[in-house]
Amino acid sequence: MELDKREGKNLKMGDANQVVFSETLEELAAIDSTIIAVTSDSRGSGKLVSFGEKYPNQIVEVGIAEQNLVGVAAGLTSAGKKAFAVSPACFLSARALEQIKNDVTYSDNPVTLVGISAGVSYGALGTTHHSLHDFAALRAINNIIIVAPADNFETAQAVRQAAASNKPVYMRLGKKAMPFLNEADQTFEFGKGRIIREGENLTIIASGETVYPAWLAAKKLEETKGVKTTVVSMHTIKPLDTDLLERLAANGQPIITVEEHMVNGGLGEACAAYLFQRGYKNRFRIVGIPDEYTVTGSQIEIFGHYGISEEGLYNLGMEMVLKTPE
Amino acid sequence: MTNQELRLKSVVLRKNILKYIYIAKAGHTGGSLSCIDILNVLYNKVLNVDPKDFKNPNRDRYIQSKGHCVEALFVTLADRGFFPESDLETLCAYQSHYIGHPTKKVHGVEQNTGALGHGLSICVGEAIAAKLDDKRHRVFTLLGDGELPEGSNWEAFLSASHYKLDNLYAILDNNKQQITGNNKEVMNTDSVRDKLQSFGWAVKEVDGHNLEQLEEALKNGPFEEGKPNFIIAHTIKGKGVSFMEGSLKWHHGVPTEEQYALAQSELNTAEALIH
Ligand SMILES: Cc1ncc(C[n+]2csc(CCOP(=O)(O)OP(=O)(O)O)c2C)c(N)n1
Ligand SMILES: [Mg+2]
Repeated sequence: MELDKREGKNLKMGDANQVVFSETLEELAAIDSTIIAVTSDSRGSGKLVSFGEKYPNQIVEVGIAEQNLVGVAAGLTSAGKKAFAVSPACFLSARALEQIKNDVTYSDNPVTLVGISAGVSYGALGTTHHSLHDFAALRAINNIIIVAPADNFETAQAVRQAAASNKPVYMRLGKKAMPFLNEADQTFEFGKGRIIREGENLTIIASGETVYPAWLAAKKLEETKGVKTTVVSMHTIKPLDTDLLERLAANGQPIITVEEHMVNGGLGEACAAYLFQRGYKNRFRIVGIPDEYTVTGSQIEIFGHYGISEEGLYNLGMEMVLKTPE
Repeated sequence: MTNQELRLKSVVLRKNILKYIYIAKAGHTGGSLSCIDILNVLYNKVLNVDPKDFKNPNRDRYIQSKGHCVEALFVTLADRGFFPESDLETLCAYQSHYIGHPTKKVHGVEQNTGALGHGLSICVGEAIAAKLDDKRHRVFTLLGDGELPEGSNWEAFLSASHYKLDNLYAILDNNKQQITGNNKEVMNTDSVRDKLQSFGWAVKEVDGHNLEQLEEALKNGPFEEGKPNFIIAHTIKGKGVSFMEGSLKWHHGVPTEEQYALAQSELNTAEALIH
């Protein structure tokens, strides 16, 4: 499967979500001078070069110093600015974790933390540059919204809602161009999953850049096997849309979760913990990066390796619907 | 190895850096070219390391803190016989251990680096252990100048002088640039010499492309007994290829076919001049 040169298979192709982030932030900055981008030698990868040229007084550069980045963003926010701290997700969510925990969430300074080139976007650069721990680390911290938008629409909405939020937000963005998913549904709200397509045989709950391969698998399942699959973009990892989870589980159909994150502590475990404590017995499988020395290569190669792909999810979907319930 | 042979090697290593970045279509070109003379001198004149006995506890340690310039390290290790150079044809490929940063899966690499601001603390630990065990080997790291603002470096600077680690050598690849621009404009770290001296380090400044100066500074230490050693190596990002020198876009720029041919021909000329 070649996700890199894909056409979108009948979907309109968009830009990389992190490009849409910076375009939206520029629009907001034009009408709100309290918006400040804070960068750590990351304005190139954060697509903020043009932002910096247009709004030189609305960008603060701290150099390669992610802990300082988050602390400074907390201070700016407590002084009445709307700070967006932008840095690769791997460093932002690991190096600066204590600043996030103490200075942003515990002290309730509603900074927006923008983790760019997230997951395995920097696939060939190795574990130092992967963020496969960020959902887990931040889920274990109180008072933060964790959001991983799937497409350009969700990203633009998420940036606007983050700017208006009085709560800290961690936004996780990738650098691959994404197609628009379900353009008919123009609603987006933190904490409310978006249904991308509906079907009564199987459910795939995905987030971020894994929603698209889930959609491709669902399409193929229906076209080749008549298996009708619901695909959900669970863009908000926390707070989780538990109402939607209950509705999805209610008819007993098998559930697959998929995420660009280690299986430990991510979206899948969050869904499982909620559902199984309420007595649901749906067959359930978590797809993500296993707890092992992560293979390297391009994002698409790593996705393929771990079954986060049209083919992998198609095969797993077939296995789940064919197996008679025990 | 004669000085002429060493100078020739620097050119060949530069050609190899470009070759494997060109094949991989990825890599940190500018910073690899700025630090390659330092690595050449370290691995061919200074470090006591042996590919056949790499785990010898008495070996000198080299931990590359500016891990993104892994191409410089890989071509140097290949040249020293740690692994066949042709392995580097898989640089950054699916499932290859030759990834875009140093990892211990590659023979000759001491530590996994790539997130900036980690190497020096690990070296402090290595240097303390050497002192505790009464070992004579030395510990070296290579820092980027853009890397300096990471607070962990300053924590390590303090502890190195506190523990009087005169067996520790930190080399600054002072190419004055990082991704966004010049260090001066991104985050000013001027007067590094004064800063380090006030932190209790002995400091030397060298031309980071002058092999004799590098050898002289790195071979004969400590600079002052009881003090960790800091070497400010003044370098040029992209050094050796005219159109890459000092140009920001070559931080992780990959040459086109045409640019690659041009770069190789410039380096071939440089090589011929040394012969
Ligand atoms: C902790 C951390 N933050 C950010 C990066 C991304 N990054 C890689 S190289 C680089 C610039 C490094 O500049 P410098 O240290 O001057 O290196 P050189 O000029 O020698 O290439 C940055 C920001 C990183 N690798 N690690
Ligand atoms: Mg530099």
